[in-house]
Amino acid sequence: MRGAMFVQAYGDAARGLIGLAVFAAVLELLPRIGVVSHVYFPPISAIVVALVHEAGRAAFWVSLFLTLRSWAVGLAIAVIAGTGVGLFIGSFETLRRLTASTIELLRPIPSVALIPLVVLLYGSTIRSTLVLVVYASVWQVLIQVLYGVQDVDPVARQTAVSFRFGRWGQLRHVVWPTTLPYLMTGIRLAAAVALILTITSELIIGAPGLGKQIALAQSGGAVATMYAYVLVTGLIGVAVNLVARVLERRVMHWHPSVRPSMHRARTP
Amino acid sequence: MIEDRNAATAQGRPTLLDVDAVKMVYSSAHRTVEALGGVRFTVGDGEFVCIVGPSGAGKTTLLKCISGLLRPTGGTVRLEGTEVKAPPQAMALVFQDYARSLFPWMTVEANVELPLKQAGMARRQRRDLISSALADVGLTDVGSAYPWQLSGGMQQRVAIARAIAYRPRILVMDEPFAAVDAQTRADLEDLVRDLWHKLGVTVLFVTHDIDEAIYLGERVLALSASPTVVMDDIAIDLPDARDQIGTRSLSRFGELRKELYGQIQRARHTSG
Ligand SMILES: Nc1ncnc2c1ncn2[C@@H]1O[C@H](COP(=O)(O)OP(=O)(O)OP(=O)(O)O)[C@@H](O)[C@H]1O
Ligand SMILES: [Mg+2]
Repeated sequence: MRGAMFVQAYGDAARGLIGLAVFAAVLELLPRIGVVSHVYFPPISAIVVALVHEAGRAAFWVSLFLTLRSWAVGLAIAVIAGTGVGLFIGSFETLRRLTASTIELLRPIPSVALIPLVVLLYGSTIRSTLVLVVYASVWQVLIQVLYGVQDVDPVARQTAVSFRFGRWGQLRHVVWPTTLPYLMTGIRLAAAVALILTITSELIIGAPGLGKQIALAQSGGAVATMYAYVLVTGLIGVAVNLVARVLERRVMHWHPSVRPSMHRARTP
Repeated sequence: MIEDRNAATAQGRPTLLDVDAVKMVYSSAHRTVEALGGVRFTVGDGEFVCIVGPSGAGKTTLLKCISGLLRPTGGTVRLEGTEVKAPPQAMALVFQDYARSLFPWMTVEANVELPLKQAGMARRQRRDLISSALADVGLTDVGSAYPWQLSGGMQQRVAIARAIAYRPRILVMDEPFAAVDAQTRADLEDLVRDLWHKLGVTVLFVTHDIDEAIYLGERVLALSASPTVVMDDIAIDLPDARDQIGTRSLSRFGELRKELYGQIQRARHTSG
C-alpha cells in the first residue's frame, strides 16, 4: 500500500517535471519564432543568464535577505498575535460574540488599501512592509484559531473536567491540540499572504527587497533581469508552501486527515 | 422510597453516594425539558449498582449531575458525606463515546497518565499506576500506540485503565459498551466485574440493556420515563461468581429479567 503510494507520488512528480519542461520550452520558443515580442518577453534562457549574473552581485543577496526577513518577522508577529488573541477570545463565549462583527468588518479590508497610511506614517521603510504584512496575515491565523477553539469536542472537554483539569490544563491538553491543525492551516495561508504583501510593499512603496529590485530593473529597461527577480519570488513562494505543508503533516500526524487509514473510523 | 434509601445500609455497607431528590430542568428559549424529576437513591461503599432506563430517560443527565459536570436545578448529591459541586477526586468517569473521550493526539500511555499528571503526582508513582492499570485491563503491549490504532473494545479498555489508574473510590460508567460488538461486550462486562472484585471499587453502571444490568449488578435501579424518578430498586440475588452462559441461563436470571421488563413496560404505559 505504502509502495503503491510511493510509486504514485513519484509518478506525479515526474509528470509535473515533464509539464514544467514543456512549459519552459514553449516560453523559450515563442519569443524566438517571433510570436511575442522579444523585448517584453525575452526567452527563458536569457532570463536564466540574467539570474546567474544577478546572483553574482551583493545587491541580489541583500535584497533576498531583506525580503525573507520582512516576510519571516511579519509572519511571526502575525502568528503569535493571531494565536494569542484567538485563544483568548475563543475561550470566552461572550467575548467571541462581541468581537465577531468587528472581525468580520476589519478582515475584508485589503491590506494594500493601507499603503497610503503606512507611507504617511513610516515612509519607504521596512516598518511599512511589516505593518502591511502583519495586517494581511494576522486574520488568516486569527480566524483559523477561532474555528479551532470552537471545534473542541464536548466529550473531550467533559473528560478533562471530570478528571479535574484546571483552566490551564484544559487549554494546554484539550483546546491547544484541537486548535493546532487549524493553526497550521492558518499559518500556511498566512505565509502565502505575507509573501505577497512583502513583495507588493517593496514594489510599490520602494521598501528595500526583491520587490524594489523588480521595480528598479523595470525602470532601467533590464527586462530579463526583471523576470529573473520575478522568478526568484515565485520560487520562494513554492518553497514556502512546501515547507508549510511538510510542517503541517508533521504536527498533525494523529489527525484523521493525515494518519494512515485504519480498519476503523474515529467515531463509532 | 424510604426503604430504598436504606437498602444499601441494610447490607452493612456505609453509604458512599447519596443522591437526594435530584431534579434537572433544561430550559432554553424555545422549550423546557424536565429531564430528572427528583431522583433519589444511595450507593453503599463497594457496591455494584446498575441503572437501567430507556433512551432519553435522562441517564446521562443523571450521571452528569452525580459527577459534578452539571449543577442540578434541585436536590443534592453527596459523596462521602460532602456535597458534590465540582468533579470529585474520588470519582472517575467512563464515557460511552470512547473515541471522543480519549485524546487522539496522545499515546495510550499518555492518555492514562495525563489525569495523574494534572493531579500533580510524581513521575515514578505515575509509571507504576499506568503499568498496573494497563495490565489490569489486559493491555500491556499497546502503551505507545495511539488510541485510533486500536479496535473499539481496546479503546474502551484504555478508557477504563485511565479511570482505574486515577484510583477512584467510585467508578461511574455511562453505557460504556453500547458501541461495541456482542463478543467484545461480553468480554468487557466480565472485565468490569473482575476489576470490581479485584480493586474493591464501587461501580455505578448505566445501561439501557436490562440483561446487562442484571448480569453485572448487585442491585438494579430502574428509571421511569421523563420526568425521571427511580421506579424500582431490585437486589440481584444471583451467585457472586458470574459467567456469561451459566448465569444468563439460571432460572432466577429469567425471573429478574421478567420483573424488570414488566416494570419498564408499566412505566411506558403510565407515561403515555
Ligand atoms: N444540554 C441539553 N439541553 C437541553 N435538553 C437536554 C440536554 N441534554 C439532554 N437533554 C434532554 O434531556 C433528556 C434526557 O437526556 P439524556 O441524554 O440524559 O438521556 P439518556 O437517558 O442518557 O439517553 P440515551 O439513552 O439516548 O443516552 C432528553 O429529553 C434530552 O433531549
Ligand atoms: Mg445517555
